[in-house]
Amino acid sequence: MQYKSLNKSLGMGALCLAALASWGAVAQAQEITRGAIIATTCYTCHGTKGNSPGAIPSINDISPDRMKRTLMEFRDGTRASTVMGRHASGYTDDEIAEVAQFFGNLQKQGK
Amino acid sequence: MSDISRRHFVKLLGASGATSLLSLTGCASQPTQSTSTTAATTPAATPSPAPAVVPRAAPKVVIIGGGFGGATCAKYLRVYDSSIEVTLIEPNATYTTCPGSNWVIGGMRKMEDLAQNYNALRSKHGVNVVQDRVTSINADKRTVTLSGGRVLPYDKLVVSPGIDFRWNAIEGYDEAASQLIPHAWKAGAQTTLLIKQLQAMPDGGKFIMSTPPMPFRCPPGPPERVSMVAHYLKTNKPRSKILVLDSKENFSKQDLFVDAWNQLYPGMIEYVPLSRDGKVVRLDPKTRTLYTEQGTAHKGDVINIVPAQRAGDIAIASGLAKDGWCPVDHQTFESTMVPNVHVIGDSSSAGPIPKSGHMANNIGKMAAASIASAFRGGKRPPSSLVNTCYSLVAPDYGISIAAVYRLDEKGQIAGVKGAGGVSPKDAASVFRVQEARFAQGWWSSIVDDTFA
Repeated sequence: MQYKSLNKSLGMGALCLAALASWGAVAQAQEITRGAIIATTCYTCHGTKGNSPGAIPSINDISPDRMKRTLMEFRDGTRASTVMGRHASGYTDDEIAEVAQFFGNLQKQGK
Repeated sequence: MSDISRRHFVKLLGASGATSLLSLTGCASQPTQSTSTTAATTPAATPSPAPAVVPRAAPKVVIIGGGFGGATCAKYLRVYDSSIEVTLIEPNATYTTCPGSNWVIGGMRKMEDLAQNYNALRSKHGVNVVQDRVTSINADKRTVTLSGGRVLPYDKLVVSPGIDFRWNAIEGYDEAASQLIPHAWKAGAQTTLLIKQLQAMPDGGKFIMSTPPMPFRCPPGPPERVSMVAHYLKTNKPRSKILVLDSKENFSKQDLFVDAWNQLYPGMIEYVPLSRDGKVVRLDPKTRTLYTEQGTAHKGDVINIVPAQRAGDIAIASGLAKDGWCPVDHQTFESTMVPNVHVIGDSSSAGPIPKSGHMANNIGKMAAASIASAFRGGKRPPSSLVNTCYSLVAPDYGISIAAVYRLDEKGQIAGVKGAGGVSPKDAASVFRVQEARFAQGWWSSIVDDTFA
């Protein structure tokens, strides 16, 4: 690699970033993880970001550990439910951990 | 920044949508070293000051249809990436949810309770909602034309027009006939018409429902409607009867519905499956008589025909459908027939998933995630899809069916084994009461998640 020209292109890159920042047009783009994908399917019943407007409980104020434990208990039937046992059975341990972490991150970001 | 390779740096900027901006300012290409040896007349290459930054055109998505599919897709595109310009084209000023419309028939809700506006999509999420109808799609030019003649360009198009009906599949049941004999399978004026007819029916009258072959929108919808009519009749016109003529052999959550009907509405409801001559082939709207395949005549005081269905008109007219439904990639919901066009909701056909508002909402999110990722030059993790259909057999008696889907190793949607299923058979009445509450909670949540 040509070190001098790399420095130049990085230098121009820095100028570009500055230019972007100056007209404030850097877009808000979310990273789309598997946890996010699964979580959005929870929103349909539990409300967007787990904030429920109606009779189905909100899930936006549960610690990742408690959410993980609860979903696993629904899955193995040790916790009673009307419908959650039938849903939690659809996910692996890893997926349960990912979606619990995703909701935890939402809470940390104050959403 | 010195330890970041140029390729990685460009990739990072690509993630924020700025790469083509870079190319405008010359950042994307490696500047060449000057090879001149006449130092006096040829200055060494130095980076020129960045020229005036011209914002590149934001990626444009046009969405046809503002129901559970289209509205959800619009919102989630903006949530995933607010640099995306989203235009939603919907003919109606408000959307009347078909889910919950049976509860209005049952006397539990009012029609106006179901109406959803587009205010939050506009003001909170920055979606450009246009009240109009798309008359044609030009897939080569990537434009849509509206009824007033306006032409809108798109980078990606999402088509979510819901269902339309196979008129005259039942001889005599065309669009004009539906003004006399309602389907009420799109909520609003049709639902109101059916309710008026039920209110005018005398005690001891007969309500007949004819139900279609699969696939159709909302498989548990017909027995839920039967239940809500039964609840209304039991309360107001208890000598009345209900007859269901089915062009299939069984229906969604059948055991649960029939158990509940035997408990709550004994002797009121008769169900005739296909094999016992349930299939209706002809309607005489003047005498309100249905004729079955074997020629049996059934005269009703109020008749509700739920006709055989197909994808929405605009999808069919635009070459997106095969055998009446639109085949799509199961991960992205991009049409397999027309590139850069995604078909979502009831019009789409993707393996075992049912046609429901819940499914349309989920598919809208998956399509949004795919489109947002594609604009950044990448892919996103594999889809997860869920369906839950709640039905009210009576105001305090709810039942549900659930399903969880994922993509298999061939990229096809498949139900997850061991997950999903129906409510338990002999549950205590507290269970049914709880599911009835959750049914209404589900409506509140999905409406909020889609339109707010």
